[in-house]
Amino acid sequence: MKPLLDIDGLSKHFQLHEQQKLIPSCSAVKVTVYPGQLTALTGPTGSGKSSVLKCIFRTYLPSSGRILYCDQEGKVTDLAQASEYRILQLRRRDIGFVTQFLHCLPRKSALEITIEPLLARGVSLAEAQRRGRELLAQLRVPERLWAVPPATFSGGEKQRINLARGLIARPRLLLLDEPTSSLDPGTTENVAELIDTIKQEGVGILAIFHHPELVRRLADQTVRLQASSPGMPEPC
Amino acid sequence: MKKILEVRGLTKIHGPGCPLCSENTGPEAETNVCVSCGSVVAAQDVSLDLHQGEILGIVGESGSGKSTVVKTLFFDAEPSAGEARFFDGDQQLDLFSLNAARQRWLRNHRFGMVYQNPNLGLNFNVSAGGNIAERLLMSDVAHYGSIRQRARDLLTRTEVLGERMDESPRRFSGGMQQRVQIAKALATRPPLLLLDEVTTGLDLSVQARILDLILEIQHELNTAMIVVTHDLGVIRLLAGRTLVMKYGQVIESGLTDQVLEDPQHAYTQRLVASAL
Repeated sequence: MKPLLDIDGLSKHFQLHEQQKLIPSCSAVKVTVYPGQLTALTGPTGSGKSSVLKCIFRTYLPSSGRILYCDQEGKVTDLAQASEYRILQLRRRDIGFVTQFLHCLPRKSALEITIEPLLARGVSLAEAQRRGRELLAQLRVPERLWAVPPATFSGGEKQRINLARGLIARPRLLLLDEPTSSLDPGTTENVAELIDTIKQEGVGILAIFHHPELVRRLADQTVRLQASSPGMPEPC
Repeated sequence: MKKILEVRGLTKIHGPGCPLCSENTGPEAETNVCVSCGSVVAAQDVSLDLHQGEILGIVGESGSGKSTVVKTLFFDAEPSAGEARFFDGDQQLDLFSLNAARQRWLRNHRFGMVYQNPNLGLNFNVSAGGNIAERLLMSDVAHYGSIRQRARDLLTRTEVLGERMDESPRRFSGGMQQRVQIAKALATRPPLLLLDEVTTGLDLSVQARILDLILEIQHELNTAMIVVTHDLGVIRLLAGRTLVMKYGQVIESGLTDQVLEDPQHAYTQRLVASAL
């Protein structure tokens, strides 16, 4: 089977001009993700796990290495080099990212936030709302919260809204950054089941998990990152 | 997605200009006044692409040249050098080589502009509805009843009360004046909309509703927009891609979240670090 995502030699460091410092993040990362499988990124804090996900999504500009993504038509794109328009297209169509924290407008309701990715893909409002309600129910978000902006929600409730938004449009590649860190055991179990379901639907997932038991349970492959040695970034 | 606008090497110099202007100004020189000839280089060698339905942000402090770029594109100012091609259907128009009449036609029919200062975009001597009617008349809609209906629809869409359409916008609040400007700009359903600091100086709650309105319009009409602002929050909310300008030059460009979270240039890093 051809990998959905094939990362090789990925390094990221930050050059802070004001402080005249070079901050290393991840270095020489090699990861593959296959359709319908989950690859877990593990490693100590500061080993650059989140940076890898952000480089794939191009929120961070990779310092070196290649990030090959294979789309539905079999066309391979190096996400480290691709044009901004190509990245925007893939974000809209192919690649979903559930970040650790929910960033959203304080004046939009939980349901509106959840269905944004569907609307962006041209799904009708009524259909998007139907699927949004279904998913929020599945994630055990109490119905009384659906019409309310998540600003006042608990950490776990916010996290579920964030997950719902990431999962609803069924991206081909899903990036998960600690999606269960503030969930209680019962809800974590729901999320694990949901992740299992979308794996079976063929979604390829690259995930960072807070709970080691989720890695054992859901991961088909594990990649362990080493803490980067400060001051020794790859030359560019 | 189709390209709608392509700008290459856009330059605007106020003053005589000299061969040294280019190296005497810019982020490196930390000025946009040329020491050799005294000219002010407002914009230098600016290039950008804009696709259908896309919102491009241009961010920078006062004097960075960000407004100059949209002013030249809207023919409010004449560029000193550079090219801009506008792709309209199967036509390709070389904006700066068109004659004045053609430029006026484009302004009235295919482009829309919303200024920071409502005085520039609105005629305070006629009513809010009259402002929109003016633009519709210029774009060859002549039937009184249909003009009035369309003006009412546009004002309703931008949340200006229909009952107030016969009042002068002079009596409106700042936020309402911006709404009338947006309604006026949209009157001809232009494929290109230029927004120059449209929320600057407004109350936060009013800002938020104007920004929401802009997003809704983009979603409904698939209008391409260039949004000029010094406010990183506005860029974050509206723009998919962003250019950062300083002393007349583009110093950095990229996906908006990347520019904000992983800025490459020293100036952008300072700018992001000073955000509230």
